[in-house]
Amino acid sequence: MKSVRRLLLALAIGLLIVPAASRADDAPDPYSGLASQSFEDIAQAITTLAASGNPQAAPTIAALQNETLFVTPDQALLIKTDDGYTNARTGEKVADVVEDDLANVRVNNAVRRAIEAASGALDLVSPDPATRLRAAAQVFTSRDPTSLPLLGAALAKETNAQVRTALLQAQAAAQLASNAGSEADQLSAVATLLARGDIEAKSLLGSLHDNPQAVLAKATAAIASIERMERLWSLAQGLFYGLSLGSVLLLAAAGLAITFGVMGVINMAHGEMVMLGAYTTYVVQSAIAAAAPGLMGFSLMFAVPAAFLVSGLIGVLIERTLIRFLYGRPLETLLATWGLSLVLQQAVRTIFGSSNRDVTTPGWMSGSDAVMGLTITYNRLYIIAFAVVVIGLLMAVLRYTALGLRMRAVTQNRRMASAMGIRTPWIDALTFGLGSGVAGMAGVALSQIDNVSPNLGQSYIIDSFMVVVFGGVGNLWGTVVSALTLGIVNKFLEPFAGAVLGKIVVLVALILFIQRKPRGMFPLKGRAVEQ
Amino acid sequence: MNRLSTTICVILVLGLASLMAILNLATDAGSALHVPTYAVSLVGKYLCYAILALALDLVWGYAGILSLGHAAFFALGGYAMGMYLMRQIGTRGVYGNAILPDFMVFLNYKDLPWYWHGFDNPAFALLMAVLVPGLLALVFGWLAFRSRVSGVYLSIITQALTYALLLAFFRNDMGFGGNNGMTDFKDMFGLPLQADATRAGLLVASAVMLCACLLVARFVVTSRFGKVLIAVRDTEARTRFLGYRPESYKLFVFVLSAIMAGIGGVLYVPQVGIINPGEFAPAGSIEAVIWVAVGGRGTLVGAILGAVLVNAGKTYLTGAFPELWLFALGFLFILVTLLLPKGVLGLLQRARS
Amino acid sequence: MTIGPVSGSLLYLNGVSVSFDGFRAINNLSLVLEPGEMRAVIGPNGAGKTTMMDIITGKTRPNEGQVIFGAETDLTRLDEPAIAALGIGRKFQKPTVFEPLSVWDNVLLALAGDRRPRFSLWARETAEERDRIEEILGIIRLGELRTRQAAGLSHGQKQWLEIGMLLAQEPKLLLVDEPVAGMTDSETEQTAELLREINRTRSVVVVEHDMAFVRALGVKVTVLHEGSVLSEGSIDHVSCDPRVVEVYLGR
Repeated sequence: MKSVRRLLLALAIGLLIVPAASRADDAPDPYSGLASQSFEDIAQAITTLAASGNPQAAPTIAALQNETLFVTPDQALLIKTDDGYTNARTGEKVADVVEDDLANVRVNNAVRRAIEAASGALDLVSPDPATRLRAAAQVFTSRDPTSLPLLGAALAKETNAQVRTALLQAQAAAQLASNAGSEADQLSAVATLLARGDIEAKSLLGSLHDNPQAVLAKATAAIASIERMERLWSLAQGLFYGLSLGSVLLLAAAGLAITFGVMGVINMAHGEMVMLGAYTTYVVQSAIAAAAPGLMGFSLMFAVPAAFLVSGLIGVLIERTLIRFLYGRPLETLLATWGLSLVLQQAVRTIFGSSNRDVTTPGWMSGSDAVMGLTITYNRLYIIAFAVVVIGLLMAVLRYTALGLRMRAVTQNRRMASAMGIRTPWIDALTFGLGSGVAGMAGVALSQIDNVSPNLGQSYIIDSFMVVVFGGVGNLWGTVVSALTLGIVNKFLEPFAGAVLGKIVVLVALILFIQRKPRGMFPLKGRAVEQ
Repeated sequence: MNRLSTTICVILVLGLASLMAILNLATDAGSALHVPTYAVSLVGKYLCYAILALALDLVWGYAGILSLGHAAFFALGGYAMGMYLMRQIGTRGVYGNAILPDFMVFLNYKDLPWYWHGFDNPAFALLMAVLVPGLLALVFGWLAFRSRVSGVYLSIITQALTYALLLAFFRNDMGFGGNNGMTDFKDMFGLPLQADATRAGLLVASAVMLCACLLVARFVVTSRFGKVLIAVRDTEARTRFLGYRPESYKLFVFVLSAIMAGIGGVLYVPQVGIINPGEFAPAGSIEAVIWVAVGGRGTLVGAILGAVLVNAGKTYLTGAFPELWLFALGFLFILVTLLLPKGVLGLLQRARS
Repeated sequence: MTIGPVSGSLLYLNGVSVSFDGFRAINNLSLVLEPGEMRAVIGPNGAGKTTMMDIITGKTRPNEGQVIFGAETDLTRLDEPAIAALGIGRKFQKPTVFEPLSVWDNVLLALAGDRRPRFSLWARETAEERDRIEEILGIIRLGELRTRQAAGLSHGQKQWLEIGMLLAQEPKLLLVDEPVAGMTDSETEQTAELLREINRTRSVVVVEHDMAFVRALGVKVTVLHEGSVLSEGSIDHVSCDPRVVEVYLGR
């Protein structure tokens, strides 16, 4: 062991001085050393070669590792390749080799260690930054104290900032793990690891015990600080997942906020409007695949308006043929629209079959990216953005368009609106169509994260109603806050309670909440509502 | 008319059930008069559904509470019965464990969970079958009616309640057999469940319980209590200014109704031989509402008629044209609410006058 | 403006305010009603007449102020059934009777007595109850229609049935909201007669729009405007008050 350390020390010194030395041309030729019969000479030669900066060093040491380095009777060194032999010193091809005359370079354990160290050392100073980075990471995990001199040498030459950080971290790891270096060195090593701040840094810091008291104390503090950061990041991650679930809920409930919240129609077939939107996505994609496969990446851009139109038109149709006969009879509306939902489900099942349909996710929507400590999946990110756009559009329509003005007039005072010449039946139909169309657009988004099957809508109907009621009926902002709150609460409960139990807890909490505040979080107040 | 239809209903239910039981037991399988055992259990099942429908009509028809979660009470009664039947299997289970039901052995339970104790005693199990639904209704109703949650909001939270129970019973950790529920029952009260005589007995028991529930419900709705209840249903605010507390009236009838639904579940489980979380599905509860609507809301007898008619239709259609059943059910909802607000009984009444 | 406690009053509102969404429906309202008094309350739309009734009967809770019934009962702490049980009856603007029930049953349910479910479940009609119902049906002139469903009554008959139900309640104080709205002249006259008869044994507060009717009642009048008392006195006194003329009669 001692000899190895001396060897590595020599190697390190070699690395530092060799560039100058090799130019001086007075160093012993490493290649003759390799051909020697003495293990000590061979090991020495390997160290010298690794430090020489010779471009042939890397293939030679690799050949040693692979046991494809041979010595000829005249002390020349040959590397066996797939198509013959090359001269190890020059890299030129060698013809007319008599294989029987060749002998392997002699290897024992000491030589093997020298080879390994040399190979690692070569990687640390390799011209390719990616290789250097990998080598540094390897040392970080192995925490091999014998690498310390090499790391010092490599650090002295390193100019790439990223690799430099990796080397420093590797050095800190090796130093701390072996309790090497001065207390001041170790303290700065702890600081380096704290800056790295990941789970490996934490586990390394947690494994220390022989180090000086001050170092251990600082390590404990560093662990606490890393854990704080971890909690913060996992909080942020949970928030992201919660927002994404909240956006899904919001999309599913947005249409209902119009039909139930604004019009007061209990549409139990709302989920089926969502489901029809998802199937429209499937049909649009099938059509594009057949007619213009090149446009597949844009299929969702076609599917969104198509789904709005399909669900919206069916909504208008439902309002004209069914719901208008049931105004003022909410419980009957509930039952009739439930019946309608069964019919729609069965119709879709008859047309498309009961198995799930494949909806393609465009390339730009798949995959994920790590941002700091966060994992951001693109489809979730796009769904959040989509929800923002849909809600923004919906609010703009209600607030700034003539249709929106008429809708609000009719829902607030039907008789007055009618007296002022607004055709209230058409406004009813269009409002219901708008709500249904929004549900259809939600279906496009849900087709990207859920199974497109006839039952798609049913799984969202209860959640959607809870969102609208929780937020306060007739209040779109309330729906937004409610959906995001429920999404986030649900996601934060999941780690403690599991997905199903978390959902049950949220449901029970909602039931209790509605019983305390039947009008939701943001109720409309006043005498009009009392009656 | 109402007293008459109640009397006719009781006579028909008891008479037909007894006749079917006698024809099943007293005639040979080859005889033209023979009623096969599967038909006995099928009708028994309808009668259990009729008890559920009756319970639902009591709250919806007379108190205006459209519960979309009533099947939850039915299922809870059924689970209590299922737990008793599971304990009766004893060593005859696949794993032959005298104490633990098969699914617990499979899930590596070491001991019986505390809430399973006592269910080997039939009296205790039956008590629980009415107590648990009743208590749930009491707590839920107390919270809901006191804060004046009504109409559609109440419907939505009853649906959320049964949905939450559905999710809960799907979990293996709940100790109720998870997804698969409970099945492979062997006997009850010492009688083999597969025997014709037991089946016929269950049918007659269902008929008797249905009639008993009908008479109790009728007593309630024709009493002064029932008049207050109707007043509460239509003009709740007015009853308050007269000094009535609508919440206590609703609570009483809601709890009574939940207990009835629980009784329905108790009789249902031995006749179909299985209980699983599917019984909690919100769709099932809404289906029960349509039975009431088809027969005629607020008539009690109509609920029974509707439950039997719709379920007989379901049995036929799901056998003959399975893909048509959901269309038929869906259109039934739409047509009854649009065209037949008083149901079949209302139609008969109109035809008579 | 507040007034000190008045001993011997039946109903005493002191500095009552309530607002909906920032709108002050009742603003520092104070009012004293003597036992046996009949009071007419008038005021333009939105003056807070119905809200005042809501506060007295417990439907709406005031943001501030006291509502004292009798010697010391604070009504703001009680809910509707409790207030009704104390002896305050209310007739709504729109006649609200129990439409699916018979005229007889409507009065039966209103009769003073135990309101608890456990009583009503087993209750049987007593001879006493029957006599009382007959008596009331006589007063409200609906004796012939006792078995008729309330839904089938005319508008005026429903108003009377509701008044009959209030009588059956045997309240100490009756709040009547626009009893003659939509009535014919002869019905209006009969209603005024009925209210005067009721007033012989109990206190009455009548909210009304119809000035002829208020004049026919011949009682003290309180004029409400923007949630507080504008003027009080005889009908001649208030109709001469320039402020009243400006906000109400002048329109």
